[in-house]
Amino acid sequence: MFSDLMNEMAIKSNISDEPDTSKNVVPVNLSRRGFISGTSLFVIGVSLVGCSKAEEILIDPVPPTPAGPSPLKEVRGGDATPSLWIEIEADGKVKITCHRAEMGQQSWTSMAQITVEELEAEWDKVEIVQALGNPKYGDQNTDGSRSVRFNFHRLRVAGAAMRQMLCQAAANHWGVELSECYAEQGIVTHTPSKKTLTYGQLAEAAGNLQVPSEDQIKLKSRDEWRLIGKEISSLTVEKIVKGEGIFGQDVQRPGMVYAVISRPPQVLGKVLSYNDSDTLAVQGVLKTVELPAATVPVMFKALGGVAVIATDTWAAIQGRQALSIEWDKGPNAGFDSEAFTKVLSERTNTSGTIHRKRGDVSQAFAAAETKVTAEYQTAFFVHSPIEPPSATAEWIGGELEVWACVQDAQTTRKTISDLLSVDIEKIKVHPTWLGGAFGRKSKCDFAVEAALLSRELGKPVKVVWTREDEIQHGYYHASSVHRFEGGLDADGKCISYLNRAAFPSLTSIFNPSADEATGFEMGLGAVDVAFDVPNLQVESVKAEANVRVGWLRSVANIHTVFANQSFVAEMAVAAGRDQKDFLIELIGAPRIMDPNKDEQTQYPNYGADATEYPLDTARLTNVANRVSEMAKWGRELPKGHGLGIAVHRSFLTYVATVVEVAVDDEGNLSIPGVWVAMDAGTVVNPLHVKAQIEGGTIFGFSNALYGKISMKNGAVEQANFPDWRLLRMEEAPRTFEVEIIESNAPPAGVGEPPTPPAAPALANAIYAATGKRFRNLPIIGADDYVLPLNRTEDA
Amino acid sequence: MKLTVNGEPFEFEVEPDMPLLWVLRDELDITGPKYGCGIAQCGACTVHIDGMAVRSCSIPVGQIDGSHITTIEGLRSPNALHIVQQAWIDHQVAQCGYCQSGQIMSAVSLLESIPNPTDDQIDQGMSANLCRCGTYPRIREAIKTAAAKLNGA
Repeated sequence: MFSDLMNEMAIKSNISDEPDTSKNVVPVNLSRRGFISGTSLFVIGVSLVGCSKAEEILIDPVPPTPAGPSPLKEVRGGDATPSLWIEIEADGKVKITCHRAEMGQQSWTSMAQITVEELEAEWDKVEIVQALGNPKYGDQNTDGSRSVRFNFHRLRVAGAAMRQMLCQAAANHWGVELSECYAEQGIVTHTPSKKTLTYGQLAEAAGNLQVPSEDQIKLKSRDEWRLIGKEISSLTVEKIVKGEGIFGQDVQRPGMVYAVISRPPQVLGKVLSYNDSDTLAVQGVLKTVELPAATVPVMFKALGGVAVIATDTWAAIQGRQALSIEWDKGPNAGFDSEAFTKVLSERTNTSGTIHRKRGDVSQAFAAAETKVTAEYQTAFFVHSPIEPPSATAEWIGGELEVWACVQDAQTTRKTISDLLSVDIEKIKVHPTWLGGAFGRKSKCDFAVEAALLSRELGKPVKVVWTREDEIQHGYYHASSVHRFEGGLDADGKCISYLNRAAFPSLTSIFNPSADEATGFEMGLGAVDVAFDVPNLQVESVKAEANVRVGWLRSVANIHTVFANQSFVAEMAVAAGRDQKDFLIELIGAPRIMDPNKDEQTQYPNYGADATEYPLDTARLTNVANRVSEMAKWGRELPKGHGLGIAVHRSFLTYVATVVEVAVDDEGNLSIPGVWVAMDAGTVVNPLHVKAQIEGGTIFGFSNALYGKISMKNGAVEQANFPDWRLLRMEEAPRTFEVEIIESNAPPAGVGEPPTPPAAPALANAIYAATGKRFRNLPIIGADDYVLPLNRTEDA
Repeated sequence: MKLTVNGEPFEFEVEPDMPLLWVLRDELDITGPKYGCGIAQCGACTVHIDGMAVRSCSIPVGQIDGSHITTIEGLRSPNALHIVQQAWIDHQVAQCGYCQSGQIMSAVSLLESIPNPTDDQIDQGMSANLCRCGTYPRIREAIKTAAAKLNGA
């Protein structure tokens, strides 16, 4: 099985000029011209295996003119040189390099769809090669819902350039004009003579040609697409159902040992002393190794502690249990998450840093006919992909190779190079499949641990994180407090809106002095509220970090949008209005909304150009209206049922969600129905976008109902699934309807945007069903099974 | 100790308290069953022992010496996927896929005891298999499709 992994992850011949012999791939000619590396030629491995017509392969004796450097190295999005992305073999097999991590969001399928669309190869000939971490691919950080957005253009260019080179090779062979040739489904045809050649036959010759420039190639028009926008089956699902996928936890190397680590319960804690005599008595335990303690800034450093090295995972787990360690608890030993929330709550009573200001909220609020105030609190959350982190590292002759379920193999490589002072050229990082990630696996601390241990032991080491490790040593989604003051005029119209937010910044892992939410984080739902209100102010106040704070699927949008979409519903109640009508009215007339037109605002717009990706309130209102129709908003409901709505743009995508809940007299909650409308611009694969909408919504529900992580004395109190809880099958909605809005707008995010509206739509539905407003997340927590309808801290 | 796994006999020496999961994964290189929690709470490690679905992370191998084990790798016949595996493809159930070997093994077992389950029976039968990607609605539909096919529809 591992050899399959090695094949899948084989470095392409343009990194090493050695042909890949593991699959009987041989150079077709002794000069190995097809394997020449460098920037000037693109490189195609040619395989004779399985090719019954090997004698027909074209080998041009001499390239027509020496090829110059690729003119596609700096197209929009990065390097589009075809050899970086595409390899065609003599039997017509098409290997597409995927430089983004595959973690269930189907980047293998979508990246290939984009490239192969323009390449005009046959889809069933496509194989994926997972790229190693390397800057030549440009950004590989698979988070922020931007794999398609960043790569849509350049992968089309790469595919189109290669298609043209294949046509050019055919034209050269036939001695005809390029304009008389066209490519379709892996075959180049000379139109006047109807002569044809296959991509497999042309690959070698095409590889010697000059890469065309962007203005020399022609991208297909939208109505010519046969892959983009189509419901293409996942390229991973068949392996998954056969149990053949290789995840980080599954990696095996010859002579490998296993490590399970006892880490300091508090961040920046240290080992004072330890006794491993009971550990070494465990059958299978080989030795223990003390890891260096983490230092400030903690970044993606190993946390330190004591590693138990054993012949198998079970022995390592048993050995860890038998360890006796005395800890220096370090500077975070006093941290109590409940007390921290109280402090944040207190601080939101006083004005803080202004991130957006329009009009005069104090004056307008003072003069308002109706005043609405509310405070929302959310706990820390943890990622808990079902696959806990794992990494395997192997040092051979001063070179390090790492296999790990990381979202960003490139940063993993760089981090290991920096922290272990190893020449980056001597490090290879292979991303495996990721058994869920949600932001956790973009922090490569576990790969650093594996590299440290492998260097120490001089043999391959797999570091296995247990579930307890994952829950207790996470990079937690920030806990938060959001305070609001809303003023309504005599007609029930909102004339004043103040949001004051307190949550620790995820930048604190890089910058220890960061003690307040940054502008970037306030731009995730708070600054970009699309409300047409004459007086509006968004502020942050101080919030220190005493644990590792990290990004989790949709980041600050989670707590911010829970809070502001709940507050809109509360204002609607105060105004005596229907929630949906009030919300749509609050968004106001269709317009391009630029928050930067207001005072003291620096809205990052997810790093995208506001001309290309404007915040268009018409699209926001459209998804809200559409989802209302889908859910038949306003219909008569059975006793105990309620509908709630929320709408938000995040990661440049517009999502509206309606939730129907049913609550009985004892507080038993069920979610019979969910409706979601999403406008993500151009969509590459609606099948998998729908899956992300379903999954992202359920992810939002799970955190909102149960997902509390708490700390006492600086240590996390939860440990495993009994006391940390996920939504289960029987709690998943039985009706789940999704609509993807048809759009020609440029592609936007998909993986994260469904999550933010889920929690407020749920809370608003519970209010509609029960009259009870839940302002704190999680609503239920791990220990209860019914809604705490008498809980006082919410109302 | 001896086990027959997916029809193949194995003999090995391990501590009898080692859970079956780690025997399969670390000793026999059968990595389809996954580690998720180690305490029989998530279902990612589900395999069949003598035809019954169990959480392999919590079964000491000493208790099942000589048993016949089926893992996700051994579910299919040589020429075709199991109907449940095919239904998983038809409904594009998997996202990351890590929990799905356990989900599929649980679903096969559910359909063996209840050939035509209602929504409630599916929910009950699959309740102990967790999925963080949120594929539950598709699992439910895939089980119904598989049930219909198994019943000759």
